[in-house]
Amino acid sequence: MTSPTETSATEDEHKPSIRPADEVRILASGEREFFMDVATSDLEINMGPQHPATHGVMRVLLRTDGELVTGAQPHLGYLHRCAEKIGESVEWLQYLPYTDRYDYLSAMNNNLSYSLAVEALMPELEIPRRGTMIRMICAELNRIASHLVAFGTYGLDIGAFTPFFYAFREREWIQALFEKICGARLTYSYIRIGGVFNDTPPGWLREVADFCDVFEGKWQEYYDLLIENHIFVQRTANVGVITAEMAYDFGLTGPMLRGSGVDFDLRRDMPYLEYGQAHDAGAFGVPLGTGEKGTLGDCWDRTQVRMKEMIECLGIVRWCLEQIEPGPIIGNVPRVIKVPPGEAYVGIENPRGELGHYLHSDGGKIATRCRVRAPSFVNLAVLEDLMPGSLLADAVAIIGATDIVVGETDR
Amino acid sequence: MLGLIQDTGTLAQTPNEGTNFLHGLLQWLPLPEWIPDWVLVLGAVGVGVGILVGLVSVITLWSVWMERKVSGHMQCRNGPMYAGGWHGWAQTIADGIKLFQKEDMIPLGADRVLFVLSPAIVLASIFGALAALPLSYDWYFARMDLGIFTILAIGSTTTIGVIMAGWASNSKWSLYGAMREAAQVVAYEIPLGIALMVPLIALGTFSLLDASALQSGFYGMGWAIFQNPLCLPAFIIFWIAALAETKRAPFDLPEAESELVAGFLTEFSGIRWSFFFMEEYAAMFLMSVVGAVFFFGGFESPVTYALRSLGMEGTIVFSLVCFTTLVLKAFIGVFLMMWLRWTLPRVRIDQVMTMGYKYLTPLALVCVLCAAIWEAFLHLVLN
Repeated sequence: MTSPTETSATEDEHKPSIRPADEVRILASGEREFFMDVATSDLEINMGPQHPATHGVMRVLLRTDGELVTGAQPHLGYLHRCAEKIGESVEWLQYLPYTDRYDYLSAMNNNLSYSLAVEALMPELEIPRRGTMIRMICAELNRIASHLVAFGTYGLDIGAFTPFFYAFREREWIQALFEKICGARLTYSYIRIGGVFNDTPPGWLREVADFCDVFEGKWQEYYDLLIENHIFVQRTANVGVITAEMAYDFGLTGPMLRGSGVDFDLRRDMPYLEYGQAHDAGAFGVPLGTGEKGTLGDCWDRTQVRMKEMIECLGIVRWCLEQIEPGPIIGNVPRVIKVPPGEAYVGIENPRGELGHYLHSDGGKIATRCRVRAPSFVNLAVLEDLMPGSLLADAVAIIGATDIVVGETDR
Repeated sequence: MLGLIQDTGTLAQTPNEGTNFLHGLLQWLPLPEWIPDWVLVLGAVGVGVGILVGLVSVITLWSVWMERKVSGHMQCRNGPMYAGGWHGWAQTIADGIKLFQKEDMIPLGADRVLFVLSPAIVLASIFGALAALPLSYDWYFARMDLGIFTILAIGSTTTIGVIMAGWASNSKWSLYGAMREAAQVVAYEIPLGIALMVPLIALGTFSLLDASALQSGFYGMGWAIFQNPLCLPAFIIFWIAALAETKRAPFDLPEAESELVAGFLTEFSGIRWSFFFMEEYAAMFLMSVVGAVFFFGGFESPVTYALRSLGMEGTIVFSLVCFTTLVLKAFIGVFLMMWLRWTLPRVRIDQVMTMGYKYLTPLALVCVLCAAIWEAFLHLVLN
């Protein structure tokens, strides 16, 4: 192989990656150089927007040298639906169903984030305690469902099919529970401004308790089947290492941050609802990346944090089931909500990180500014730094461990 | 080709030596004298190819249905349940008809000749390899003394078809798949061949018929795996290498669907795609048969031993039992491959290479050496 000369180096960047086979070049020295072989310049390859590993319509422009990835550029916007602008065009309550559609795997948490932000602007609105408890139960069940999808699809990315079906079996149970409480299976719009939409049907809390008991045993099986699997560990340990400094610099949140060993969880550190009391009662802890299989902050750590969070969610659900009492579920909310003038930002711990709503009101029926801080969007930025130097298969593992939902990155 | 290779090696245990069933067919049919020999030969070859194609099609259809049922039951699903009535047995037939009706698509910018040729090459090579398989002691297309060499040599040409497919598709993902296939198959052919040498040393033959006959010990105790202690590690190496050879998970890197979309299959559809699919399942069956013949007694089982002691050797019942035994053993192997596929995650290309060159090849060599020492010890010292 002939190395490109200085004169041809600038041309090469604009040329296709494969040179004509029998090209003759004249060098600066006047020598004739024959390119008889195929130059191994980088290959640019589009991963997506239709690619099974990008979990939706995201495009990553990869620059590869054989199997080695030398550069990666995520491209967004294929699923852009003007969610924020819609938030400034429709009434406060009308916007709630749109929040379901950002991260469609954790719609309850999206509803909760928006509702809390609106409630922060309405200080006189009282939220009944039963409403708060149901909100917490739903948010945590939804977190389990969301992490189950993350776990299952990550297995698919690594090439293990079967755990995906097991994860969906349990998720189905949670969806059936949600269907009983609000009629919807994916986009709930159940948590409303001021409380929740409906009271629990008879026996529902008992079923939630049953789910918790069964799921605990299943969880252990899945952990042993996939997370502790030797091939899985080999594929994910030491891959895509995010150091704590990198995690701070990129503003990562959620399991991406905790996988790097940074002990930060909004539920404990900036409590909303009654998470503070639940944590004080010892209902949940915050699992962190340990680096026990490889390096601290690798893909295995992030996956492991998600898995362990599911068990902590069960603790919160059980605590809520103990605390819940009969009573009203929604505060005194007028039919047409008018929010007093002001601005508020409320961020909550979504399954994928901090989902924040910044809302500004001039006292009318419609928000004057609605801005969403989407965790998937912020977490995605780290890909560009993680991927170079990894193999093509690692690139898939890194995207999978980032656990993005494209509905949320593009909104 | 088929049926024309004359017998050279003979072994006392083999019944009906010196004929294959195409010869038998020609002798048995009341054909008039005036038909020239070349017509008879062509006719016999035609019949042989027909039998082979029918057999491979049935095996493939059954394997695909079995894969869908096995994966379904492993994943808390039922798999196909409607087509044909009983547990969706006709699902693959329906799928085949659908694939046959699909539009024949060749992508723009593809190398048309290679694109069209590659599924044919892949299928032809696997048929060629399967032609060397005996179906029973007296049912075979060709009595080959170097049967296992023929199978490995012809069977490995599928790789050329896959590389052609990847290159001709004019797709970067396909090219990746093809390159992975090339690297992987070359790496794993070495340990596969070396691991197979262990039972070859233990049995002392390259012929599949003779290898099977030599394992006809007391109620299945004569199997190669019981004859030489090195056969078990050799079988494990052989099996891992066979998984890599047939592109089955955890070594399905050439078509890794979450990484390479569908690898070398990305641009293929319809009947061309189904040719590759048939090749995969036929190759699984072939590898399982090779494993069954050289490690697990081939046609021999406690049943065949009992029949032989009853003096039923040489009858049609005995041949049928032999055939059934081999197919059953092969399908146990196929099931094992499916089980592994639906359990394990996929390994990475560097891990595949490391495992092949750094661990399996030296281990296989050590196995061969130890097996040779063991045999020498048995024959020279204890004799």
